[in-house]
Amino acid sequence: MGINTLNRSLWVFHVNTGSCNGCDIEIVAALTPRYDVERFGIKLVGTPRHADVLLVTGAVTRQMKDKLLRVYEQTPDPKVVMVIGNCGATGGVFYESYNLVGPVDRLIPVDVFVPGCPPRPEAIIEGVVKAWKKLEELEAAGKRKKKRAKEAKE
Amino acid sequence: MTMDFSVLLFVPVFSITAILLGLFFRGIDRKLGAKMQARIGPPIIQPFIDLKKLLMKENIVPENAIKWVFNSMPLIALSASILVLLYVPFLGFPPLLSGYGDLILVLYLLMIPALALAVGGFSSGSTYASVGAQRELVLMMSYEFAFSIVIVTIAWLVTKTAPVINAFSLVSISVVPVWGLVGVMGFIGLLLLLLALMLVMPAELGRLPADIAEAKTEIADGVFVEYSGRNLALLYLALDVRTIAFSSLVVALFFPFAFTEFVPLQGIVAVIANALFFLVKVFIVMFFGSIFVHVAVARFRVDQAARAYWGPVLLIALIGMALVMWGTVLG
Repeated sequence: MGINTLNRSLWVFHVNTGSCNGCDIEIVAALTPRYDVERFGIKLVGTPRHADVLLVTGAVTRQMKDKLLRVYEQTPDPKVVMVIGNCGATGGVFYESYNLVGPVDRLIPVDVFVPGCPPRPEAIIEGVVKAWKKLEELEAAGKRKKKRAKEAKE
Repeated sequence: MTMDFSVLLFVPVFSITAILLGLFFRGIDRKLGAKMQARIGPPIIQPFIDLKKLLMKENIVPENAIKWVFNSMPLIALSASILVLLYVPFLGFPPLLSGYGDLILVLYLLMIPALALAVGGFSSGSTYASVGAQRELVLMMSYEFAFSIVIVTIAWLVTKTAPVINAFSLVSISVVPVWGLVGVMGFIGLLLLLLALMLVMPAELGRLPADIAEAKTEIADGVFVEYSGRNLALLYLALDVRTIAFSSLVVALFFPFAFTEFVPLQGIVAVIANALFFLVKVFIVMFFGSIFVHVAVARFRVDQAARAYWGPVLLIALIGMALVMWGTVLG
């Protein structure tokens, strides 16, 4: 039972940290019958406690900083953070605004960036595939570490 | 009565079968739901993958939760759901624990998972969960009356017309199918009772249109909001097993026919055929009571649900009861 199980059952929680709702609508589009991410076991959940992946949209505003940190803490390990859209990655059109404390990776560790304003649903799905690869690498690294520890013991 | 030791051997086998079947039927449920929405949908083994994943996730207990209540409620919900299955005829076998309890006990046991969810929600210390728990209790008070009327009417019918000793025993009900005990009037009454039971089913199982206690889009999964990892896996298992248990109860009350009654078979073939036939019946009940309904409708508000179950559904059950009594006493 490894981290690999995550691959086929990613439950996604969506955090809006001050996005214009453009990216959010594209995320919803990925869930609709046309793209149907549920066939890969991806499901939108209503609470961070159930989530494996945090989808963060928006450049983080001062008001949303504490909430984002709290949601990150509330998510059980192992978890992946994906940033959807330019704003979360760099600040986008709000770059260097007085009311921003973002971008997201200043506050929490980010695993995958999906650029675009807004990114297309295909791009979001590709981002999820990248997250799978990342999880696989993590698992392989974990196995190597365990093996090395075992050899060191012997 | 001394405890038969073969029962002790069969209980784990039955429990594991129940859990596997529950997950399998949940998979079919999701697949069919997706097909009805013109999607491809997850593979049928998706619930097994989800379960495996949830078991390896971190299990968080919130700081302001009452820890022992919070942790014990998922276990209680699951064990009560499995216990129901030991009291109803399952896979063509007579109930494993027949003689130790009857229909009234099943009625109470079916209440326990919902109560455990509510108590777990209250104990988690989250406002969302408290709202969900209150909704769960309101919903329970709404459908429980109509549900009891259906059960009691059938037991009354069996006492009145069939020469069996224990009318509330599920064995005697499944030996004497209710449809043969009534005239035309009673037949219509039984149909109405069946309709009432099918209308109660979504509320009992917490599915749309009565999933107001979870209501993902308004109160963030309600009673489940603080559960994660192992506890969440146990809760989902409890819901899946409860679906099987409730469907088995409907089958035992209204469709207790065995496959061997239509096609004469012998030995192990007969056992397997009966088990498969039972699963088909359970699937049909689930399809019309839950799968078909939850893709077709939107969610009730809690006041609408209470009004629906105290109004039309209760009325259907009462008319059914009156017709059955009329047909039996006068006919």
